[in-house]
Amino acid sequence: MLEVRNLSIAFKTRDGLRPSVRNIDFTIKPGEILGLVGESGSGKTITSLAVMGLLPPNAVITSGEVLVDGTDMLQLGPAELRKLRGKHVAMVFQDPMASLDPIFTCGDQIIETIRLHEPVSKAQARQRAIDLLEKVRIPDPARAMRAYPHELSGGQCQRIMIAMAIACKPRIIIADEPTTALDVTVQKQVLELLRSLNEEVGAAILLITHDLGVIYEVADRVVVMYAGDKMEEASTRDLFTNPKSDYARALVDSMPTPGSHHDRLPVIERDALGNVRGVRPQPRVRSADAVPAPDANGAPLLEIKNLTKSYWVKPSPLATPVEMRAVDGVSLSIALRSTLGLVGESGCGKSTLSRAIMRLSRPDAGEILFRGRDIAQLSETEMRPFRREIAMVFQNPYGSLNPRQTVQELVEAPMVIFREGTAAGRRKRVTDLLEAVGLPSAAAAKYPHEFSGGQRQRIAIARALALNPSLVICDEAVSALDVSVQAQVLNLLKDLQVEFDLTYLFISHDLSVVEHISDAVAVMQKGRIVEYGSTHSIFNNPKEAYTRSLLDAVPTIGSERAGKGAA
Amino acid sequence: MTATILHIGRSQPAFVISVAVLAIVLLMAIFGGSLAPHDPYLLDPQAVNQGSSARHWLGTDEFGRDLLSRLLIGIRPTLVVALGATAIAASFGSFFGITGAYGRPWLSLLIMRSVDIMLSFPPILLALLAVGFWQSGVLSLTVVIGVLYIPHFARVAHSATLQVARQEFMEAEHSMGASVQRVVFTAIVPNILAPLVVQATLTVAAAILLESGLSFLGLGIVPPEPSWGQMIGTARGYLSLNPMYVIWPSLLLALTVLAINVVGDRLRDILDPRLREE
Repeated sequence: MLEVRNLSIAFKTRDGLRPSVRNIDFTIKPGEILGLVGESGSGKTITSLAVMGLLPPNAVITSGEVLVDGTDMLQLGPAELRKLRGKHVAMVFQDPMASLDPIFTCGDQIIETIRLHEPVSKAQARQRAIDLLEKVRIPDPARAMRAYPHELSGGQCQRIMIAMAIACKPRIIIADEPTTALDVTVQKQVLELLRSLNEEVGAAILLITHDLGVIYEVADRVVVMYAGDKMEEASTRDLFTNPKSDYARALVDSMPTPGSHHDRLPVIERDALGNVRGVRPQPRVRSADAVPAPDANGAPLLEIKNLTKSYWVKPSPLATPVEMRAVDGVSLSIALRSTLGLVGESGCGKSTLSRAIMRLSRPDAGEILFRGRDIAQLSETEMRPFRREIAMVFQNPYGSLNPRQTVQELVEAPMVIFREGTAAGRRKRVTDLLEAVGLPSAAAAKYPHEFSGGQRQRIAIARALALNPSLVICDEAVSALDVSVQAQVLNLLKDLQVEFDLTYLFISHDLSVVEHISDAVAVMQKGRIVEYGSTHSIFNNPKEAYTRSLLDAVPTIGSERAGKGAA
Repeated sequence: MTATILHIGRSQPAFVISVAVLAIVLLMAIFGGSLAPHDPYLLDPQAVNQGSSARHWLGTDEFGRDLLSRLLIGIRPTLVVALGATAIAASFGSFFGITGAYGRPWLSLLIMRSVDIMLSFPPILLALLAVGFWQSGVLSLTVVIGVLYIPHFARVAHSATLQVARQEFMEAEHSMGASVQRVVFTAIVPNILAPLVVQATLTVAAAILLESGLSFLGLGIVPPEPSWGQMIGTARGYLSLNPMYVIWPSLLLALTVLAINVVGDRLRDILDPRLREE
């Protein structure tokens, strides 16, 4: 049993102590799963590190106690803590590939964990390890014992991590975003595993995530954190049907829920008094003096016919390379001013496809017709006029902006490249663009690291719009963002579509986001489009088994909430 | 403005002292000749290998020449060789390194394998060979030492560029249709500057040492012109007679190199907007 009482943590800064977690209380009983939700920066990870006694050196606990079966973890010395960790408290981290040691076999790592805490022989530990792998339902446990982490998939690695976590029957398991790095279908399996195993092991699980869907699937109770404060503690059912605090209500509302179609998602706002609430912004209206919207029923803006792109990979260092068709005969079309959602799991070829359309790589065969002209085999020079028309927003707002350039330089880059306008004119345009994406004009002089993830993605969107492109490819553009920020960016994309007559190719692994934003959806599996049709028909009447399994895997925030969301 | 300077002085004393040291060294390089209390070439058989005295503050060398005066005029060739060689090595090395990482595969193969071949020889051996064919002097020394350090810069620039090239913002530049020059000068160069600055501070120090080595072997600065390295080399022979003879130029050399390293380190932080303090 884990009890956290009145825990406050602060960071040492030059101006004194800056509190990051204030007076957090919660209790987890054996066999219970407590979800801890909040946006990035809300203090949820710091709380979990404090429970493990793993706080960074510049953090200090200003008050409170962390009781594990009655012992205060905060009073223990390093040696006693080490004994307690693994034996009584175990952790499952976000990125399974990174948290396993790449130079030891998975079997050795499990055996080591067991022998570290229990006086058993190597052979006994090995037998225990194989039993554990069977328990976490890894196909062929004997092979997994011999395998190195890179030889297994992300889902399998996370199962190994879970096997290690439960190896010594810990009293407490802390799972920090355990499924964030995994595909939806794998995520569902891992979450089910965690739940069923816990009925057997009877540990108190602290599940930390920003994904409300995950909480809904497995947690018994939920603690909602915002800016270091506990906003609400409730049973999972109560939280989703009848959230008491304004913040929790706003957070639940800002998730796109499958089956409820709205133009705008509610966003979370903080007023002058520091109160938070959800607001559903009004859609932006096209100004009357703008040019009339072009006819949407004309020829498609982008048409892809039988596009193929292969990579040659060597299965082993000495083998002859074999062809791996990342994109295999894909045909699609996107009408002007519409949004096509492209869904698929990681490795299905959706990023290869977007890079081929952007002509960052040359496709092997097939046509890419942009306004009727085939751009698939154009040289870089011939491609240049099309670069004005097609812009891209990348997945990672931390990686896609050059850290050495100011926002002004970043946003005006396309204009500089195409030698458009004077310096003063460009400055004016950057101010307008920043305003269009909801950033103050003072942002122009700053560097990207001074902004949060969501703000950076806005900068990336402003850059994409600088030359008034007609097609914008969003490659997992909201995947790295928190739910509430994701809602803001999705609203923004919809507003800008109306304002600037944009056409989107929206690539995502998140089906609820795709349903929210798309007019048509294409489902991709192993380089092929398996199903393609209007959003309504795909989500309400999926024909392919693969589409159905994808839809089933989406954690559904019950239909209880769908009705309320409309209110 | 004054407040800022005071703040920097209080929070980074090492940086302020290093800047001061470099400023003094630079002034001495410019005005060294006119500051010299004695004629640096004047032989005085009466006062050979003396220690510090009121007449000769730092003592005299094996021919009775005033050490302080020789140190003062010895700065200029030392600095010219060190800074000139570093400039040559940094500009050509970065160019080859970036081309090797960002250019066509065959070009990369050609450049990086040539770099490997050059790195497989000890630098002093190559320098001996080159200077042996050429006449000794400040210019040839600068060029030879500069060329010798090109591979080091090429390696650093190459690996740094490979790292930058994998970043998403490089793809973003390509997707906007940026020209090669733009990609190189706005995306690559600013992002690989930090390791290059560090490499440059190391190279300045290494070039001074290599110059002293070559001068010691008689291939560097031609006597009676002094350079610090050459003075250290000669002084080694008189270590038991006049220990201060070797200590003064070594001390100055060490101070200068240290100051350059501290300033270089700070420069790297200043160039990085993420590390810049408000």
